[in-house]
Amino acid sequence: MISTETREIIVNGLWKQNPGVVQILGMCPLLAISNNVVNALSLGLATVFVMALSNLAVSLARNFIPHAIRIPVFILLVAVLVTAVDLFLHAYALSLYLVLGIFIPLIVTNCIVLARVEAFASKRSALHSLLDGTMMGLGLTAVLVVLGALREAIGKGTLFAGLDMALGPWAKDWVVHLAPGYDGLLIAILPPGAFIGLGLLIALRNVIEARRA
Amino acid sequence: MKTLLRESLTTSLNLLAFSVIGAALLVLAYNATHAAIEASETASKQALLAQTLPQGGFDNDLVRAARPVPADPLLGLKRPGLAYPARLGGAPAGVVLEVVAPDGYSGEIRLLVGVLADGRIGGVRVTAHRETPGLGDYIDIAKGNWITQFVGKSAQEPGAEGWKVKKDGGRFDYAAGATITPRAVVKAVYGALRYFEAHRAELLQPTEASQP
Repeated sequence: MISTETREIIVNGLWKQNPGVVQILGMCPLLAISNNVVNALSLGLATVFVMALSNLAVSLARNFIPHAIRIPVFILLVAVLVTAVDLFLHAYALSLYLVLGIFIPLIVTNCIVLARVEAFASKRSALHSLLDGTMMGLGLTAVLVVLGALREAIGKGTLFAGLDMALGPWAKDWVVHLAPGYDGLLIAILPPGAFIGLGLLIALRNVIEARRA
Repeated sequence: MKTLLRESLTTSLNLLAFSVIGAALLVLAYNATHAAIEASETASKQALLAQTLPQGGFDNDLVRAARPVPADPLLGLKRPGLAYPARLGGAPAGVVLEVVAPDGYSGEIRLLVGVLADGRIGGVRVTAHRETPGLGDYIDIAKGNWITQFVGKSAQEPGAEGWKVKKDGGRFDYAAGATITPRAVVKAVYGALRYFEAHRAELLQPTEASQP
C-alpha cells in the first residue's frame, strides 16, 4: 500500500515535526489570526495551498537552480504563488480577503514555507515534495484551528462566528453559541491569549509524547 | 578569473530567467482577476454607501459621482478625501462624506457619514477601525446597533451641547468601560455635519459628470 517513506512524510507533517507545536515556525500568522475558527481555518488552508505548490515548484525546478542563489529563487517562486493566491482571493472572496488582509502576503515571509522548500523540496522528488508541503500545511492548520476554537470558545463563547464571510450568507445559522449569557473572557481574544493557548498546546503535545515513550 | 566571470554570468542569467517566468505568471494571474477585483470592490463600496442613505432616497451611481474634497479639520482628513453626491430624479438628495475620527482608543476610526439635503443624518457606517474587540468595537454595525442612533439627527438637533456622549452631558449612548471610542465617533459625525453646513451649496451642486 503506502511506502514507509510516504507514511513518514505524513506522520512528520501532522505530528512528529508539526510546524506549529514542534518546529514552532510560522508564529506570526499563527498568533495573529487564531482568534476564531473561521479565520484560522481560512489562513491555514491558504497556507496549505501555498506550501504544496511552492514545494512542487521548487522540486520540479531544483535541477535548474544554482546552489549559490537558491534562496532568492525559492523566495521568488513562493512570492509569485502567494501573490497569485492573494489576487484570486481578492477577486472571488472579498469579505474573506478583508479579514485575512495583510496575512496573505505575509505567507511569503512565513519561515515554515521557506524551511520546507529548503530542507525538503530542494532535495526530493516532486510527488514527495507535494505531499510534504500539504502535510506540513495541514499540521499547521490543525494547530491553528484548535487554537482558534480554544480562543473563540473562551473569549466569545461561540464557535464558527463569521462563517458567512467565508461561505456566504446562508452559513449565518451555523454559528454555535456554547453557553447562553456567557460574555467571554476578553484576554483569550487579545494577543496574550494566543501565547497562553499555544503554550498550553505545546505542553499538551509534550505530555502525550512523554506518556507514549 | 575567466571561470569566475562565466559562473557569475550564468548564475545571474539563471536568476533573470526565473524572474521573467515569475513576472509572466503574475501577469497572467493579474489579467485573470483584474476585472473581478474591480467589480467586487465597487459592489462592496456601493453597498456600504447605500447603507448611509435612506432606502430609495437616491437613484444615481454614488461611486461614479464621487468627487474630491480638500483636507479639512472638521472632517478629520489629513489628505483630500471623497464626497459622494446623491441625487433623486436629478435633484440633490444629499451627500456621503468620508470622515476620520483621529482620536479613537487605538488610532483612527474611518467613517462614511450620509447627510441628507436638509442637513439631517441619513446614516453612519464605520469602514475601518482598530478598537478593542469585544469592548470598543460596538461602533461597527456588525457588532451592534449603536451607530444607528445618529439617523435623523442634525447639527441643530440636538445642538452643540447635545452632540456628546451621555457621560459628558450629551444625548448619545455609550457602553460602560469604552467611552473614548464613542466620544471620538460622536465628535467626528458632528464635525461632518458642521462641514456640511459650511459647504452645503458646493456639496449639493450637480457634478459635471452626472449632467446628461
